Amino acid sequence: MSIFRKKKKEENKWIKCKSCNETFYVEELEQNYWICPKCSNYFRISARNRIKITADEGTFKEFDKKITTKDPLEFSDLKPYKERLKDAEAKTGNKEAVVNGVCEIDSQPCVLSVMDFAFLGGSMGYATGEKIIRAIEKAIKLKVGLVIISSSGGARMQEGILSLMQMERASAALSMLAKKGLPYISVLTDPTTGGVAASFSMLGDVILAEPNALIGFAGPRVIEQTIGKGLPEGFQRSEFLLEKGFIDVIVERKEIPKYIGKFLRYFSENVKK
Amino acid sequence: MLVLDFEKPIYEIEEKIDNLKKMANEQGIDVMDEIYALEKKKNEIIKNEFENLSIDKIIKIARHPNRPYTLDYVKYIVEDFTEVHGDRSFRDDKAIVTGFGYIDSQKVAVIGHQKGKNTKDNLYRNFGMANPEGYRKTQRVMKLAEKFNIPIVTFVDTPGAYPGIGAEERGQSEAIARNLYTMFETAVPIIVVVTGEGGSGGALAIASGDKIGMLEFSIYGVISPEGCSSILWRDTEHSIEAAKAMRVTAKDLLELGVIDEIIKEPLGGAHRDYLQASENIKEFINKGLSELKALSKKKLIERRWKKWREMTTKFL
Repeated sequence: MSIFRKKKKEENKWIKCKSCNETFYVEELEQNYWICPKCSNYFRISARNRIKITADEGTFKEFDKKITTKDPLEFSDLKPYKERLKDAEAKTGNKEAVVNGVCEIDSQPCVLSVMDFAFLGGSMGYATGEKIIRAIEKAIKLKVGLVIISSSGGARMQEGILSLMQMERASAALSMLAKKGLPYISVLTDPTTGGVAASFSMLGDVILAEPNALIGFAGPRVIEQTIGKGLPEGFQRSEFLLEKGFIDVIVERKEIPKYIGKFLRYFSENVKK
Repeated sequence: MLVLDFEKPIYEIEEKIDNLKKMANEQGIDVMDEIYALEKKKNEIIKNEFENLSIDKIIKIARHPNRPYTLDYVKYIVEDFTEVHGDRSFRDDKAIVTGFGYIDSQKVAVIGHQKGKNTKDNLYRNFGMANPEGYRKTQRVMKLAEKFNIPIVTFVDTPGAYPGIGAEERGQSEAIARNLYTMFETAVPIIVVVTGEGGSGGALAIASGDKIGMLEFSIYGVISPEGCSSILWRDTEHSIEAAKAMRVTAKDLLELGVIDEIIKEPLGGAHRDYLQASENIKEFINKGLSELKALSKKKLIERRWKKWREMTTKFL
C-alpha cells in the first residue's frame, strides 16, 4: 500500500507537455506559469493555480465555497451524474466549476471568479451560474470591478434546461453591474466555447484572451460535420478572434494581472458611489 | 403533405370520410351516420394517442414538417403586419423574421425563427438556424420596439444557432450573448412562445421574456437529444434516452419552473388546425400583455430581474 502511494506521488511530480511530449518537473512548470519551457505551449491550469498567478499574493479570500449542484434531474448517462460530480470534486478540490473570491490584482481590489476546466470541462450548471451571479452581486455590494477568467466547454448537459437558463441569468446580472458603472474584465482561456462563450464571457467591457486559446460558439468538430469539410488553420483561436474584432487584447499569461490592473484603473473613475 | 407513421390511422379514417362525402355528393346518398361514427372513432384514436404522447412522438410532432411556423401564426394572429429586414451591418438573415403589426389593435413587434416548408424553402431559410446577423437584426428590432414603447412577441422554433465558418467569423457567441443582455434590458413587455424546437442558445437568444409559454408538443433543451446522445453516450442510438434524461417537454419545463404556461394544441397537434393553434397562442399573448402593460418600466424590469434571479435557485 505504502509503495503504491509513494509511486503515485513520484509520478505527480512530472508532467508531460501535450504539444511536444517533453516531460517537466511540476516546480519547473509552476515557475514558468505553466507554459512549456521547450515549445511555449500553454498548459490548461486549475482554478487554484490560476488564482495563484493572478491575484496579489495573500489577498484572495474565497466566498460561496460550499455552493454545489444537487442533481435535480437525477441524470444518468453511461455513468450517473452524481458519480461524475464526486470524481470532479476529488480531482479539483472544488464543489463547482467556478471559484469565487475577493482579492487584489495589481493592487486593484476586485471580485475574481475563475472557472476550472478540470471540473466537468468547466461546464456551467445551475450552481455554477448561481456562483457567477453571486460574484457579480459581490462586486456591486463592494463597489469594485469584476474579473471572470473563463475556461469552459459550455452549458452542462446533465442539468438540461436548468443549465441553459444560466446564460440569461448571468447576462441579466451583468446588466445590473453595468447600471452601477462598475467595470467587468473578461479573460478567455483555452477553451471558452458554447453557452459560456455565448453569455457572460463575451460581455466584458474589455475582453482579454491568452494566446492560441480556442474560443467560439460551436465546437470545431460540430462545424466540420455540418459543413462537411475541414477548417482553416488558426480558426477559432484567439488571434483569429482578435482579427475578426471580437476580443480586445491577446495577453501572455504572466502579463494578465498587469493588464487587468490597467483596465480596472482606466475604468475606475466611473464608479458610482 | 407528410404523414408520420403513428398519424397514419388518423389520415386513413379521414380519407374514408372524404370518400363517403364524395359519394354522398355524387350519388345523393345519406351517409351522415357513417361519417359521424368515423369522426367519433378518429377523435378517439387521436385522444388515446395524444393524451400520453411518448417522448419520441413529441419530438416528431415538434419537428413536424407541416407544423405552423412564425409567418403562419403571424397570418392568423397579427393584423397589418409589415416585415422589416436586415441588421444594418452585414445582411438580412432569412432564418429569423421580424416586423410590426397589431394584435387586437395592440401594437406589437414580432420576432421569430422561420423554417421552410420544403427543401427549397428550407435552404432559403437555412432550416431556421440563424447566423449572427439574424440575432443582430433582432437586437435592432428590440431597440426600435423599446424606443416606441411597443411590446415584443417572439416565436421560438430552431434546431439551434448555425454552426458554420461564417457564423464564427462574425461572432455567433457575441451575437447570442448580446441578445441575452439586450433582451433583459429592453423595457417593454416581452412575451415568448416556444412553438416547435427550442434548440439551445440559438433559441434562448430570443426566448428570455417576461412570460414564456410553450406549445403542448414543443420541446426546449440545452442541446438536441441527438447531440447529447453523441457526446454523453458516444453514439447516436440514445437520443430518446437523452431527451428523457434532459427533460425537454413542455410539461417538464413547467415543473422545473422554467416556463410559465403550457399552451394547448388542437386535437392531433398544431399542424392539424393552424387556426385553433393560433387562437390558443393569441389568448396566451393577450393575457400576458394585459398583465404586463399595467406595469411601469421600472416595475417591469424589477419583475424581470426577480424572475431571472430566482429561476433555478429552488434547486440549490
